[in-house]
Amino acid sequence: MAWVRRPAPTNGEESENGVGQETRTNNIEIMSTEEILKQFPAEHNNMLGILHALQDNNPRNYLNSKDLKAAAAYLNTSLSHVYGVATYYSMFSVRPRGENIIRICNSPVCHVEGSVNIIDELKKELFIGLGETTEDGLFTIELTECLGQCHRAPVMMINENIYGNLSKEKILSILNKYKNNHSG
Amino acid sequence: MAEERRITLINYGKIDPESISDYISAGGYKAAEKALSCKPFDIIEEMSKSSLRGRGGAGFSTGLKKKFTSEACTLCEQKYLVCNADEGEPGTFKDRIIMENDPHRLIEGMIIAAYAIGASKAYIYIRGEYYKSIKRLGKAIHDARQEGFLGSNIFGSSFSTDIEIRLGAGSYLCGEELTMLESLEGKRGYPRIKPPFPAGKGLHGFPTLINNVETLATVPVVIEKGADWYTGMGTEDSPGTKIFTISGDIKKPGFYELELGLTLRELIYDFAGGMKEGVDLKAVLIGGAAGTFVDETVLDTPMGFDTLKEKGAVLGSGAVMVLGHNKSIPGMTQSILEFFEHESCGKCVPCRVGMTQLVRLISSVNENGTGHKNILDEMLTEAEFMAKTSLCPLGQSPVLPLKSLKRYFAGHF
Repeated sequence: MAWVRRPAPTNGEESENGVGQETRTNNIEIMSTEEILKQFPAEHNNMLGILHALQDNNPRNYLNSKDLKAAAAYLNTSLSHVYGVATYYSMFSVRPRGENIIRICNSPVCHVEGSVNIIDELKKELFIGLGETTEDGLFTIELTECLGQCHRAPVMMINENIYGNLSKEKILSILNKYKNNHSG
Repeated sequence: MAEERRITLINYGKIDPESISDYISAGGYKAAEKALSCKPFDIIEEMSKSSLRGRGGAGFSTGLKKKFTSEACTLCEQKYLVCNADEGEPGTFKDRIIMENDPHRLIEGMIIAAYAIGASKAYIYIRGEYYKSIKRLGKAIHDARQEGFLGSNIFGSSFSTDIEIRLGAGSYLCGEELTMLESLEGKRGYPRIKPPFPAGKGLHGFPTLINNVETLATVPVVIEKGADWYTGMGTEDSPGTKIFTISGDIKKPGFYELELGLTLRELIYDFAGGMKEGVDLKAVLIGGAAGTFVDETVLDTPMGFDTLKEKGAVLGSGAVMVLGHNKSIPGMTQSILEFFEHESCGKCVPCRVGMTQLVRLISSVNENGTGHKNILDEMLTEAEFMAKTSLCPLGQSPVLPLKSLKRYFAGHF
C-alpha cells in the first residue's frame, strides 16, 4: 500500500458504555521526508496521500515549507501548485497546530442536537477560538464536515478517536484524559 | 409490520470484517468468480435488467453507466473504475457501515464492475476522516491480493485488475464525481465543465466509471442471484433495498436496510421506535442537506426515486432527519445554507456570492423572528439563478430544500 498513516489507536471508536482509549498518535519515530516520499510512486494521483503522510509525520500536525518543497520536487511540479493543494483541503495546515486536533461537527444534524453549545464549551475550556491552538500546544479546535456518526450527535473527533452524544460534562472528562495523558 | 431486509448488509455482525476467510465461508467471492466466467456484455445486461439505481444520491441507472463506459472506446489503452467513498452528505453514514463491517463485499463488487467495463485499474476515493474504514479496506485489499482475487489473471481468466486507496482531505465538494477526479489527479477540488462526462473522458482523460460504495456493494448479490430475483424486491421504478440512515428526534436512530417502497411512517414508527417521548413530528428532511423537507402529509407515500419526486421530495442518499415540534425550521434552513456557504469552492461566482446572499437572507428571518413576506421567494429566485449558472451540483443544491420549504413550510417564514 502506497500510503502511510500513523498507527491507529487500539480503540479507535468510543464503545457503547465508555470513552475510547486516548492514544496519542504522533509519538512514533519521526521519519525523514525522503523516506516518506520514496514510499509513493512519483505520480500526481499520490499528491494527497503524500501530503497526509508528511503532515502525519510532523509532531505539530502541519506541512512545513521544507516538506512542501520536497513534495513539489518529488512530483516534478511547482511549489505554488503543491501549496495551492495543501491550502485547499481543510485537513491540511501550513501552520503549526496542536498535538491533538479536535474536529467538531456543526453540520445540520449535530447543529440541531446542540453542537453550538459544545463548541462554546470547548472554546471556554481551552481559551481559544475555532482554528486556534492552545498556548501549551496541546489542542487545536477545527470544524469538520459531517463525520457520519449522526445517530449519536453531537459528535467530535480528537485525532482518530470519535466521541458521540456529547454534553458539557462529557467534554471536560474527555479533555482531561488528553491532558493527563500528556503529563503522564 | 414490514421487516428489515439485509441484502447488502447481509454479513453485518455475522463475520469478522478483517477476516477474508470469514467472508469466503459466507459465500464471498463466488459472484466474482461467476461474473468472470461470463462475457462482460452479459454482466452489463444483467445489471441493466436489475434496474439498480445509483445509491449515491442521483439515482442514475447503474447498468447504463456501465454501458456508456464500456462502449466509450474499444481500443483505448486504459479505463478506470473509481469507487466514490467520499461520504459527506450530512445525515448519511451507510457507506461507512458497509466499509467498516463488510469491506470485502465492496471489493468483490469492484472486481465485477471493473471486469464489466474492462478497467485494469481501480481506485477507492475515501474521505480522510474515515480512519476505521481506511484501515479495514487496506487490510481487505491486501488479503484479496494474497488470495489472488486482485492482480493478474483473476480466477484463471485473462482479466487483471487492482485496487488502490486514495485519501480525501476534508472537502465535501470532492464527493461530486468530476471534482473527485480533479482531486484524484492531485489538484485542488474544483469542478470540471461537463460534458465530457467521465464515461467518455474521466480520470487522466480516460473512460471512467464512478460508482458509490453502496451501489458497488450491491453488485455481487445481483450477479449471484440474478436480476429477476433483485427486481422482486422494492417497487417497479426503484427495485431492491436501500440503506436508510435515520437521526434526530426519534427513539432509535441508526441504519436500516429496507425494501424500497416502504413509507416514511413505517421507517419512523416501526423501525426507528417512533418519536421521542413528548415530542411531536414537525418535519422530516430526506436526502441530507441537499435534500428536501416534507411534513406529515408525506408520511404514507411509498419511498422510491420517482414517487418521492411527485411529492417534491428526493430520496437522495437515504438520509432521514426527523425534526420535532420544538425545532425551528428557519434555524435548520440557516444551518443548511451556512454549510453550503462554507463548502462552496468559489470557482463559480454565482455559487460563491449566492451562498453568502442566501445566508444573509435567512439570517434576517432568524434575527427578526419572521422575515418580510416574500423572503422565501427571494431566496428561491437567487437559488434558481445559482442552479442555472453553477458548474457542479453544489450550486444546484440550495434550490431543492428551498422549493420543498415553499411547498410545505411557507408559513414558517
